[in-house]
Amino acid sequence: MLQTNLKHIQSEDEFNQIIENNENVMICCGRMGPMCIPVYDAMESLEDKYENVKFYDLDFDTPHAHIIRNHELAKRFMGLPFTFYYKNGQAVKATTSIQTKKQIKTILDEYLI
Amino acid sequence: MKAIHYDAIILGAGAAGLSAAIYLSRAKLKTLIINEGSIGGQMVLTHAIANYPGVLETSGRDISLIMKKQAKEFGADIESNVEITKLVLSDKEKLVEIDDDETFTADAVILATGGKPRKLGIPSESKFKGFGISYCATCDGDFYAGKDIVVVGGGNSALEEAVSLTKLVKSITIVHQFDNFQAHEYAIEQAKKNDKISFIMESEITEIIGKEDVTGIKVQNQKTNKEQIIKTDGVFIYIGYIPNTDKFKDVIKVNNRNEILTDENMKTNIDGVYAAGDVREKKFRQITTAVSDGTIAALNAIEYIQTTKK
Repeated sequence: MLQTNLKHIQSEDEFNQIIENNENVMICCGRMGPMCIPVYDAMESLEDKYENVKFYDLDFDTPHAHIIRNHELAKRFMGLPFTFYYKNGQAVKATTSIQTKKQIKTILDEYLI
Repeated sequence: MKAIHYDAIILGAGAAGLSAAIYLSRAKLKTLIINEGSIGGQMVLTHAIANYPGVLETSGRDISLIMKKQAKEFGADIESNVEITKLVLSDKEKLVEIDDDETFTADAVILATGGKPRKLGIPSESKFKGFGISYCATCDGDFYAGKDIVVVGGGNSALEEAVSLTKLVKSITIVHQFDNFQAHEYAIEQAKKNDKISFIMESEITEIIGKEDVTGIKVQNQKTNKEQIIKTDGVFIYIGYIPNTDKFKDVIKVNNRNEILTDENMKTNIDGVYAAGDVREKKFRQITTAVSDGTIAALNAIEYIQTTKK
């Protein structure tokens, strides 16, 4: 399990329920590495400001992470973490590698309003 | 909104900033850390630390979290992952505004903003980040299994990461701008004796080639200006760090590499402003030296604050 203060997705069923039952979801799929930790930290700091968005992490090396690893939007990704933004159950945006808090905020404001 | 006053504000939460916070808050001074990135700074880039005295082995992440816990338990406040939108250092009372929203003042400021990875500075670099350009072998190495890659740089990080990547990739070409390496002898020896690694010296990358993904690089020899194209599936970049001094280098004295100039007490050219860690001009950049800088800066800041309050 990832050592973050975010909520962790621990099964495919849980993932499906989360994106079905919430309008706006951001999921960071990674490891505890130097490119991933800043994204988790940024997400933690945004949780209070974006009450309309549910923030989760997902361990890249767990079997159920295939939902993100093998997603069409991630097929060319070559850098961790893979960060996905869901609106009404659909992935509307995905990024690869480290992102700044400012970049994340820009995406949240554009796609998950 | 009224500014909140602290005895000391520390900009940065790497080894230097957190150490300074531990000393300041333990001296019962009202202390605030303001950090634009993640807690731990460049420490979190290190997976295994085996040369921190008194600790057999730890990770950069773990040691950062312990330092943060110590600082908080002694009473320091932390504002992390924020943007510094205004900074006034020249006045007697220093001022820091974050996120265009909250303002803090202090009697003393410690600049411990560290550094960020140096980039190649060619236009295609950001376009291919995560699509063939990487700055972390341990994070992204898996994606290049069985492929031909390039590692850029000649320091410890470049050579050690290249050797580590040979466990996964088919071949590595190390491109380095000088005719010799800056890494320690052991790292050079390990890289040179590895059959999967070849070297292109005295050369710089002038272009990253590819439509959607990286397919090659253009390399220019610094002596002859001759260019060659190397086919590659990915480029890992380890060309050092640049100091985070953009926000104050107009008022704080820096050298030609934009590193802050301090005296042995970590004092800058402005009264009540100190600098610590990788952001200042110095020869050795280690966690231990950052901790030392942070401690010295804090102890001198404590003296300054107590003197000016008399």
